[in-house]
Amino acid sequence: MLQLKKVESFYGGIQALKSIDVAVEKGEIVTLIGSNGAGKSTTLKSISGLVKVKTGNIVYNGREISNKPAHEVTLLGIAHVPEGRRIFPKLTVKENLLIGAFSVKNKHVVQERIEKVFQYFPKLKSRLDQKGGTMSGGEQQMLAIGRALMMKPDLLMLDEPSMGLAPIIVEQIFDIIKELNQEGITILLVEQNAYQALQIADRGYVIQTGEIRLHGYGHDLIKNEEVREAYLA
Amino acid sequence: MLNEILQTIPQVVIDGLTLGAVYAVIALGYTMVYGILELINFAHGEIFMSGAFIGTAILIVLTGMGWVSAVPAIVMLITVLVLTAVLTGLLGMGIERVAYRPLRNAPRLIPLITAIGISFLLQDIVRFIAELQKGNYIVTGPNLFKDQISIKASSISAIFNDASIKTSFVIVLVTAVIMMIGLDIFVNRTKWGMAMRAVAQDRETASLMTVNVNKVISITFFIGSALGGATGVLFAVQYGTIDPYIGFILGLKAFTAAVLGGIGNIRGAMLGGLLLGLLEMFASANLTLLSGGVFGAEYKDVFAFAILIIVLLFKPEGLLGKPVTEKV
Repeated sequence: MLQLKKVESFYGGIQALKSIDVAVEKGEIVTLIGSNGAGKSTTLKSISGLVKVKTGNIVYNGREISNKPAHEVTLLGIAHVPEGRRIFPKLTVKENLLIGAFSVKNKHVVQERIEKVFQYFPKLKSRLDQKGGTMSGGEQQMLAIGRALMMKPDLLMLDEPSMGLAPIIVEQIFDIIKELNQEGITILLVEQNAYQALQIADRGYVIQTGEIRLHGYGHDLIKNEEVREAYLA
Repeated sequence: MLNEILQTIPQVVIDGLTLGAVYAVIALGYTMVYGILELINFAHGEIFMSGAFIGTAILIVLTGMGWVSAVPAIVMLITVLVLTAVLTGLLGMGIERVAYRPLRNAPRLIPLITAIGISFLLQDIVRFIAELQKGNYIVTGPNLFKDQISIKASSISAIFNDASIKTSFVIVLVTAVIMMIGLDIFVNRTKWGMAMRAVAQDRETASLMTVNVNKVISITFFIGSALGGATGVLFAVQYGTIDPYIGFILGLKAFTAAVLGGIGNIRGAMLGGLLLGLLEMFASANLTLLSGGVFGAEYKDVFAFAILIIVLLFKPEGLLGKPVTEKV
């Protein structure tokens, strides 16, 4: 479904990705783990077009998408939930959801998708007229995922959805990620919370200073000595 | 003394609201662009001036063709307003495309200096064309509305003097209010308005929501400039005589209005404009009286800019601008 071939990207003048190879197959949950500044977010941003790719190819369903503008990449069915949620603080919850379906012209389809989001996140329903910025971190994360679902993506990329959230909320979010995957959405999950990510992932990549150190099945990586020492200690 | 001030109040309110409405609509252009790009588009005053010239030129041409006397003045005005708005809208959009977009990621000072450069450029282009066509850069357009309306404020209460308004004042006020209401509806109720607000808050994330950020920015410039240009026409209709430098002081005043209301805040710009107009007219009518003859009416500009300084010192976020606390 998605292949990154020898991708190199620069971020703020520093080479953030050094010849990265990553593949995501349809229906999978793939996780990208690594410490701060390893290049996890840059990988997602390179895919969605927020960061320029210097060399290499990003191919999505047979199409070259590297260096396409972000709004065109997202139109192809790749939704990117950015790090830190990035809710529009001064838009209402409803507007935050509506903006996710910006390219959808049919009002009924938009309404259907909103209902669908409520199925996953019933809490949002009672908050529709509230400003996005006034919600708690967990609610904002749910809104951010809901907003991405409004695009009806085939591939959902999540950047650190567990960041700064209470363990019980993290649990909920991961449950929903699994549920979304069962409904056919392919997931590319970036996490610092390696243990939890590897538990739900089919496969995982370990990224370190812009290079892929290891990759393998989620349950193998969880047992891997190197991974245990560096990320699960 | 209080009596004398009260007597002039009806006239001050009418003049102040009219002037304020002009400030308000121009201030919208500053505030919209600032809200979305954090750029103070100093060329906006010159867009207003270009609008005044384009509108006057259209009027002169149409007068030459004998249309102006044939159709009702109000139809004429609407035609000229719409034509000018479209032209200045495209002008603003073009300026963004050519001069600001390549500098999108440059340090903020650079597009600011570019904006000042664009302002000089527009002044000189307009002056050049006006001199070529008319042999003089001070141009007087045909007079569309000559009537006066008198308001018998004295019948409400004996302390007021009667006020008189030119019909053009009413036209200016009504048109400006329609433009403001129209913009408010556009920004708060339509899909592209929502996209505009989203881009203003977080450009990168908006682009992840399939929003074409460049298109939104172009639309913002188009609308801001169209409103500014249309206001230029109103100004020309109201005062008759225009020159290529009218955009400078008026632009600065409108910028003051935008800051007063809270830059980046659309309703703030409207409120700031109206307030500034009222305050300025009040000052112009009463400064002599209040200062015992030390300051004359000509100090009204000083008064307006003193407000800018006071706002920046004590409430830099403006009247309606709230420093938003954002949770991450």
